[in-house]
Amino acid sequence: MLGRLSWAAIPFDVPVVMIAAGSVGFVIFCLLALVTVKGWWPYLWREWITSVDHKRIGVMYIILALLMLVRGFSDALLMRSQLALAAGHAQGYLPPEHYDQIFSAHGTIMIFFVAMPFVVGLMNFVLPLQLGVRDVAFPVLNSVSFWLTAAGVLLVNVSLVVGEFARTGWLAYPPLSEVAYSPGVGVDYYLWSLQISGLGTLLSGINLLTTILKLRAPGMGYRQMPIFCWTALASNLLIVASFPILTATFAMLLLDRYCGFHFFTNDLGGNPMMYINLIWSWGHPEVYILILPAFGVFSEVVATFSGKPLFGRRSMVMATMAICVLSFLVWLHHFFTMGAGADVNGFFGIMTMLIAVPTGVKIFNWLFTLYGGRIRFTTPVYWAVGFMVTFVIGGMTGVLMAIPPADFVLHNSLFLIAHFHNVVIGGVVFGVMAGITYWFPKAFGFTLNERLGKAVFWCWFFGFYLAFTPLYVLGLMGATRRLQHYANPHWQPFMLVAFAGALLILLGIALTGVQLAVSIRHRDRNRDVTGDPWNGRTLEWSTPSPPPVWNFSHLPQVDRPDAFWAMKQQRGTAQDRSIQRIYETIHVPRNNPTGFYLAFFAVLLGFSLIWRIWWGAGLGLLGAIVAGLLQAWRTNGEIEVPADKVAAFERLHGPKERAV
Amino acid sequence: MSTEIEAQGVAPGANVRTHSTHRSYLIGLGYAVVLTLASFWASSTDLIYPHGVPILLGVLAIAQMGIHLVFFLHISSAPDQTNNILALAFGIFVVGLLVFGSMIIMAHLNHNMMPMDRLMQMQR
Amino acid sequence: MSAAEQALATDDAVPVSLRGPAPTRVVAGYGFWLFLLSDIVIFAALFAAYAVLSGETAGGPTATDLFDKKHVLIETACLLASSVTCGFGSLAVQSGERPSTYFWMSITFILGIAFLSLELSEFSHMLAIGAAPSRSAFLSAFFTLVGTHGLHVTMGLCWLIVMLLQVATLGFQPMVSRRFFCFGLFWHALDIVWIGVFTIVYLGAHL
Repeated sequence: MLGRLSWAAIPFDVPVVMIAAGSVGFVIFCLLALVTVKGWWPYLWREWITSVDHKRIGVMYIILALLMLVRGFSDALLMRSQLALAAGHAQGYLPPEHYDQIFSAHGTIMIFFVAMPFVVGLMNFVLPLQLGVRDVAFPVLNSVSFWLTAAGVLLVNVSLVVGEFARTGWLAYPPLSEVAYSPGVGVDYYLWSLQISGLGTLLSGINLLTTILKLRAPGMGYRQMPIFCWTALASNLLIVASFPILTATFAMLLLDRYCGFHFFTNDLGGNPMMYINLIWSWGHPEVYILILPAFGVFSEVVATFSGKPLFGRRSMVMATMAICVLSFLVWLHHFFTMGAGADVNGFFGIMTMLIAVPTGVKIFNWLFTLYGGRIRFTTPVYWAVGFMVTFVIGGMTGVLMAIPPADFVLHNSLFLIAHFHNVVIGGVVFGVMAGITYWFPKAFGFTLNERLGKAVFWCWFFGFYLAFTPLYVLGLMGATRRLQHYANPHWQPFMLVAFAGALLILLGIALTGVQLAVSIRHRDRNRDVTGDPWNGRTLEWSTPSPPPVWNFSHLPQVDRPDAFWAMKQQRGTAQDRSIQRIYETIHVPRNNPTGFYLAFFAVLLGFSLIWRIWWGAGLGLLGAIVAGLLQAWRTNGEIEVPADKVAAFERLHGPKERAV
Repeated sequence: MSTEIEAQGVAPGANVRTHSTHRSYLIGLGYAVVLTLASFWASSTDLIYPHGVPILLGVLAIAQMGIHLVFFLHISSAPDQTNNILALAFGIFVVGLLVFGSMIIMAHLNHNMMPMDRLMQMQR
Repeated sequence: MSAAEQALATDDAVPVSLRGPAPTRVVAGYGFWLFLLSDIVIFAALFAAYAVLSGETAGGPTATDLFDKKHVLIETACLLASSVTCGFGSLAVQSGERPSTYFWMSITFILGIAFLSLELSEFSHMLAIGAAPSRSAFLSAFFTLVGTHGLHVTMGLCWLIVMLLQVATLGFQPMVSRRFFCFGLFWHALDIVWIGVFTIVYLGAHL
């Protein structure tokens, strides 16, 4: 009746899990009760859950990512504390069966449910505003993408309480991930939650790519497009081209597990290395999907706060597109040691070293933008400078490991772990933090507290170095990754320092929460009344904060890069005064519950498939199809905002004179 | 509903181009039939040098895909088709890389990591 | 669109990239084109797996044992013909002619069903003689690659039924016309994938 599901699936005998689940469950219950008592459900349903507005969806992605950051980081704290204890004869407090699930969950959550939603959320919020248009190409699909990602999040978190998670690491290599060696539901949780959220990501990639290529303000050609939009273009191109590989590879593994196929098994002709080859041909573009928008954020931040146009715009664009193409040509460097031979290794080693060149071009462009500018050292600039130092170090350790003989010593050691955390934290996390701080006033109408923002930065900055420099050293001393325990007691001091670093980062995360609370409390003091708190250069700053649903009452006419900067130069000139303000009816997409319904049935489908509850899976599939058909027959997809309402809004919130 | 401006295509309901586009499908069909029959013939005939047959099949397949793209999907070099062509080119790049890259890598891996007894069998 | 935006959209002197937001029809078509390319990457991964694993028969049935070229030729003919009838149907949709649309799209549907039944008969024959996907890596790769294509054809046929129902209930409004355009792209793309399948899987086997 319920497939393999039974009460035995809940780990009543593991206190850590029960306490964690209990506390989270209690908090969720309190939140739901609060919302019900205050009568906020209609507001939440109308303004957020069924919203198809890219600005709302972007904010929801970021909230999701922040919540999952806490979950993923608690896994990190568990690992660091375990390793600080488990030296020599000591065994720590986490047995291997649990530790393996923890490091697998940590990686899976951080990449798929923290970094990706952060980046996709930022792109979602910013792109239509920077492009000077009203919304993304497919607003309803945008909502579907978000809710499918949330469905994946739900499934991964349910695995903590009902059943188990994969013990295979975040990429689930066969043969360990095959049914013969992982007969439980852990790998199935991993596969189904990622298939569902992967579909959401692919649809989002198609959506944003179409938006950038087909929906831009009049006069905004590719040469006039902001650099963030260029990096988003490259990133979404990579999403559309690489996520299908992930889908296909996971499908093959699922067929092996559910139907006894032999793609990657040890017997009857299967080839586990084929999985590794395919998964990394997705996996390498994936990390560029994450870092390119972060590069874009830094380009915007550095130019704005230097008060100068970005140095070397053309070379920046070319470097971005070069990275986009090259990212497809390096994937074997993730498995140099697995026997491809010197010829193949040599080719991929050279390509990997080559990809550092356009990245270097970008660094120099940012430096030359800062040079000679009147720099304002705001929090986003702190993140940018911290990024430049940290990412360069991380990149250099990457180039070191690009040399196959060096990689033979360092592959899967803690040196590798330190390298990728170096570039992901120094690059993606710092970039996202800069982006959130930079665009927060646009989204909510008030700025974040600067002092606390800088404190958060210092905690992350010093915390990162404290946590990961010991890992570089340990890696060179021979420590491998994914160790639950180690025999050599000389490693323990390094592990203790690393744990201290993790605690410092924890302080940074806690301070982020404090910063949010304080900023909200003092929001009237920090109101952004002009819509342009930073004296920005791009079009999003020409809208009020927060912008109306329709973004722009008139689509701006663009003829050069840094379009808003040009508009500001013209303000008060004869040319500006001659523009007549005639408002027309604006069509705005109506709210739509399809995304939420689809995700609901996706969770039902996924959970049922994991536990082999076939009728549940059928029900989930049927429900999704019905939701889709209902959407297909929906003909009232738009609301009209009458011209006089637009005019009234502009009178209240329109651009005010401000000193340039 | 918002008004539809067919700035870059035929207005809905216009019959202007129907005659010639019916023809494009029939021409495409003709070419496709010829190429398909040629492929089937090439794979079973003795008249072609055996090592050349895979290459010939590849060429015929690519040609037929091109016929489909041009005559059925109406891909052309018109300026409003540039994005379509660029996307297609990127898609082909990824597909080629994935298929041929995987074949090369896996061939190397399989050869280098072959168990000793299989290697000995190959020597005989 | 405002009057100024309309003028800009049809001004041939202005390059396409500077004309402002494209019309909904162009946006929908391009988005679907991107989706199709992503679908083709899925097939590429399955083709790659087939190419690598096609020799791994684990002592079981091989390609030459199993594949019948005449059968495949008929399947190919069905699918190719359905592409042409789908094209004629698309023209009927563009002209807003209901009877023509129903006629050509029904023929397309029938040809699609013919293709599927031929494929299913091949699969069931293979299962009956023990050439199941769980027998060897080669068979796993074959069933997955060809089966995924067949699944796409099935989903296409279901979509076609929905589209014909939409025409019947909603008429040829722009939303319906756009979706038919996307269906046409999908159906032609499936035929393109089939070219790869019959060349590499079926004809390639006999080399």
